[in-house]
Amino acid sequence: MMEYFLLLISAVFVNNVVLAQYLGQCPYLGCSKEKGVSIGMGAAVIFVMILATPITWLIQYKVLVPLGLDYLQTIMFILVIAALVQLVEMFLKKAVPPLYSSLGIFLPLITTNCAVLGVAIVVQRESFDLGTSTYYAFATGLGFMLALILLASIRERLEISRLPLSMKGVPAALVLAGIMSMSFMAFAGMI
Amino acid sequence: MASMWKEFSKGLWAEIPPFRLMLGLCPTLAVTKSANNGLGMGLAVIFVLALSNAVISLIRNIIPKKVRIACYIAIAASLVVAVELLMQAYTYPLYQQLGIFVPLIVVNCIILGRAEAFAGKNPVHLSIADGLGMGIGFTMSLTFLGALREVLGYGTLFGHGLFGPDFHPVHFMVEAPGAFVSLGLILAGMNLLSIRKALRRGENPADNPMPGCESCRGCAMGRD
Repeated sequence: MMEYFLLLISAVFVNNVVLAQYLGQCPYLGCSKEKGVSIGMGAAVIFVMILATPITWLIQYKVLVPLGLDYLQTIMFILVIAALVQLVEMFLKKAVPPLYSSLGIFLPLITTNCAVLGVAIVVQRESFDLGTSTYYAFATGLGFMLALILLASIRERLEISRLPLSMKGVPAALVLAGIMSMSFMAFAGMI
Repeated sequence: MASMWKEFSKGLWAEIPPFRLMLGLCPTLAVTKSANNGLGMGLAVIFVLALSNAVISLIRNIIPKKVRIACYIAIAASLVVAVELLMQAYTYPLYQQLGIFVPLIVVNCIILGRAEAFAGKNPVHLSIADGLGMGIGFTMSLTFLGALREVLGYGTLFGHGLFGPDFHPVHFMVEAPGAFVSLGLILAGMNLLSIRKALRRGENPADNPMPGCESCRGCAMGRD
């Protein structure tokens, strides 16, 4: 039990996917202008990660490794993730319209979110088993959502303050991300 | 020839990918702990980008419009697998240093962004020029940021000591926060230059704000 708790703390705070592993910068900077948008994006990322990681895990260990094709990992994973995202989008549109209307617009953006492919590859390199991989994907998604919501909350405040013109927008967001990353580094003492 | 030079040279300064177009920020932040890593990553991206632009431009009239992004991803992924295998064979230490960011070149917005914005619409020779220019611009940016962080954070440049034993390195620069803050300040500097230029021409600098991540067309996937 304890190791699962430590894995959660590690993935959410210490090795935060955005602030320590530098993954998913495009949505992190692009979808962090409003809190509502950031919550939707964060939820969609968690959703797709929880689906994509076990599926790519199964493909790696049940298809690619037995056939000796593991050098095709990258190309298989990205195609599976792209297809999966399209399927999820079509499924939600038909089956769960309310969920689609809140998450749907974020789904197409996720295929090229390197955090999703990144997690799928990281769990292979760490040789996690299927359960741990799925749990790690969930924890990583949670860390992404936390970082996104925090940055969006700060940027909403920043909109109404006076900034030098050259710092407005992405430069200010990056410097803020640096400060947040510094504070997240302080959690390293916990594990 | 002149048009090829134009497409090549725009990637070197006017539309330099990470600093002006905001493309490919993840590897820009992640692999620039040293100038060497930045250079290596940049070379891998030049290879993939020039070839993917060439291939996509060659078959741009065959690809159905609806599935074009999926095709672009498949082409880029095949090239990335080739790069991975080449790096494992010839530059294994660098491959290990760059870690998961080698396979992640697939989802680097530069590849999809240039495919969608340029190679899918233009003839082959211009697309190759565009890919080479953008790739070299990306390499220069990564090497510059890597050199800056390495000099301040370790006191070395390409692994050679610069300052002697009395230098106290600023460890902040080679940790994650240093990456974010230094990239943010470089972008602010680029902004400042373009604001100055606009003012000199007598334009209002607020009319031409810096592009956000809109220039990354990967996000437009499935929209039309």
